[in-house]
Amino acid sequence: MEKKPSIAADTELRPSAAPFFRDPAKRAIIFQVVALLLVALVSYYLYANTQANLERQSIATGFGFLDKEASFEIGESVIEYSAADSYAKALLAGALNTIKVSFVGVVLTLFLGTFVGIARLSSNWLVAKLAAGYIEVMQNIPVLLQLFFWYAIFYESFPSPRQALNPVGGVFLCNRGLIFGVPEAHAAHGMMLWAFVAALAIGWGLHRWGASRQARTGQIFPAAWVTLGFCIMLPLLVWVFAGAPTAMDIPELRGFNFVGGVTVSPEFSALLLGLVFYTAAFVAEIVRAGIQSVGRGQVEAAMAVGLRPGQVLHLVILPQALRVIIPPLTSQMLNLTKNSSLAIAIGYADFVAVTNTTINQTGQAIEGVALIMIVYLFFSLSTSLFMNVYNKKTAMVER
Amino acid sequence: MKLSRLTVLVMILSLLAAGIAFAGKDLDAVQKKGFIQAGVNGGVFGFGMPDEKGVWKGLDVDTARAIAVAIFGDASKVKFTPLTAQQRFTALQSGEIDVLTRNATRTLSRDTQLGLNFVTVNYYDGQGFLVPNKLGIKSAKELGGATVCVLPGTTTEQNAADFFRSNNLDWKPVVIESTTELAKTFFAGRCDVLTSDASQLAGTRAVAPNPKDYSILPEIISKEPLAPAVRHGDDQFRDIVDFAVLAMINAEEMGITSKNVDEKLKSTDPMVQRFLGVVAGNGAALGLDEKWAYNIIKQVGNYGEVFERNVGVNTTLGIERGLNALWTNGGLMYSPPFK
Repeated sequence: MEKKPSIAADTELRPSAAPFFRDPAKRAIIFQVVALLLVALVSYYLYANTQANLERQSIATGFGFLDKEASFEIGESVIEYSAADSYAKALLAGALNTIKVSFVGVVLTLFLGTFVGIARLSSNWLVAKLAAGYIEVMQNIPVLLQLFFWYAIFYESFPSPRQALNPVGGVFLCNRGLIFGVPEAHAAHGMMLWAFVAALAIGWGLHRWGASRQARTGQIFPAAWVTLGFCIMLPLLVWVFAGAPTAMDIPELRGFNFVGGVTVSPEFSALLLGLVFYTAAFVAEIVRAGIQSVGRGQVEAAMAVGLRPGQVLHLVILPQALRVIIPPLTSQMLNLTKNSSLAIAIGYADFVAVTNTTINQTGQAIEGVALIMIVYLFFSLSTSLFMNVYNKKTAMVER
Repeated sequence: MKLSRLTVLVMILSLLAAGIAFAGKDLDAVQKKGFIQAGVNGGVFGFGMPDEKGVWKGLDVDTARAIAVAIFGDASKVKFTPLTAQQRFTALQSGEIDVLTRNATRTLSRDTQLGLNFVTVNYYDGQGFLVPNKLGIKSAKELGGATVCVLPGTTTEQNAADFFRSNNLDWKPVVIESTTELAKTFFAGRCDVLTSDASQLAGTRAVAPNPKDYSILPEIISKEPLAPAVRHGDDQFRDIVDFAVLAMINAEEMGITSKNVDEKLKSTDPMVQRFLGVVAGNGAALGLDEKWAYNIIKQVGNYGEVFERNVGVNTTLGIERGLNALWTNGGLMYSPPFK
């Protein structure tokens, strides 16, 4: 009886003396630690188990094979590659092929998708219905079938190299691909590239200056047209001063195939066309949704203050539509990159195809599949990162 | 106290006895299952492919049947798993199949790094080139600058690269995963030449729109000893698979066929008697029924019969015996003595 008040006093002195598992903040931390430990344990178990099994069956492990000679050839490569190079270089060549087709594919998809998306909203009945038809057809045919279709068009309907179509001088079209002449390598080309970059920098400066002048005086400066002029004129000037080299590397038929010039292979073209036409259908729907998300009243208001249709699109609709468009657009870009691994079905030497050959020759499937996962994860995460940064820039500041 | 000691002793003895009766892990698993799971090619005519009634046919399929006969005395105690070139070794390593009879080339790295054991070769193949006659090519040395259709997942890519490299010839591979798609691409003219094992080239030519328009070049650029394979770790099972193949070759050497094998049981030749199990010994040595070799010849046939039935000159493939003839006829098929 006498002690009771003292206990009460004690409790009052330490009001937070509840057991730690009743404290939501601490509990959350404990749960997280436990979850992390479980994940680590499971990963370790999987790793150790695999390692033990591989050892038991005396299967070689590790990434030592990367230094060994690949001794297989790759159909097309961005970098110099031969069968005498290492597996690491073969895989790099494959990864670059994946990047090549994905990058070109994403750029073309953005253009085509935006175009079709806007066409879908056109007030012209025929244009709108054609765009709708395109979207329905392309979205609903599996992309693998589309790849086979485009590839078959190349090898079934184009003639053999000896009967190659020659629409313009120096350009040949046959079942070995599109082969065309390019200017012979010359020191001026590097300088022209720099001139082009300089023109872009000037254009950016002009744009900034024009915008600030417009804000001050209301006068509009046609920065885009002037930049275009610089982009053409500066490299042209450099070319003229370098002595106007006109020598061309024209492809010619020698033996089986064309020698010289640049060849765009049927495999690359079929993969590119298939991916672009398929993904553009989804992008078109995203663009349409984005544009429709901007209230009709805004467009009418913009027109009422006297903006031209191009300005309405550029100044009013797009800035608001982009915040709706960009997140799903990112996922379509990732889809295109991942779908490019279907290349193996039509013989384009992408990363998966090269890794498959590597797995076959070395027998190290786990390492190979791990490499595929890491590389695609890297592609996806870097695309996401880039798009998220862009998204942050375009996202509207909430009021 | 004494009783418990006795119990322990009995337990240890029984454990030991169990250990003695216990066969190797793979053979034991197969016997427990009651059938053998064989990995075969799903779509190469003459080697491994189901016919229109769904019955598996082919040289490799018959080899797997011979192994089933050796263990169970019954050619139907085998199930087939069709595998692609890329799946085959993983399927064997992981235990999904017990034996791989899927025209796989024996190489040093496969025999060691992949943890496999290859047994006696059941088909000597080599990589060749198939070209359209209209190109007017007579030798593979004239293929400089050619575009070549290649099937991935085999030693094919490497052999082709080695051949063109050693002859200083330029070339461009077109590598397509599916055999049918690759053949279609080649017949449409995307490539100048198709390269693969000569046996497969014969099969591909047979399905061409007009087989007479294509020829196989004389050069054989690689050695492809195709052999059945098992996992490391069960030597008894390996021996059984090995001698099942050898039994078919030995039977041909001795002139024993599925038709005359019953007569040969009465033979007075001691070698034949040992081989067919009339005189016991071989069966016990392998841990099999003494009639195992007799059963193989009776139910599957000797090597010559199996060859002629599946790929020989009277089939659509029309392949000559060549290297696959008996050593007595200038080939490489040779069996160690069965004693």
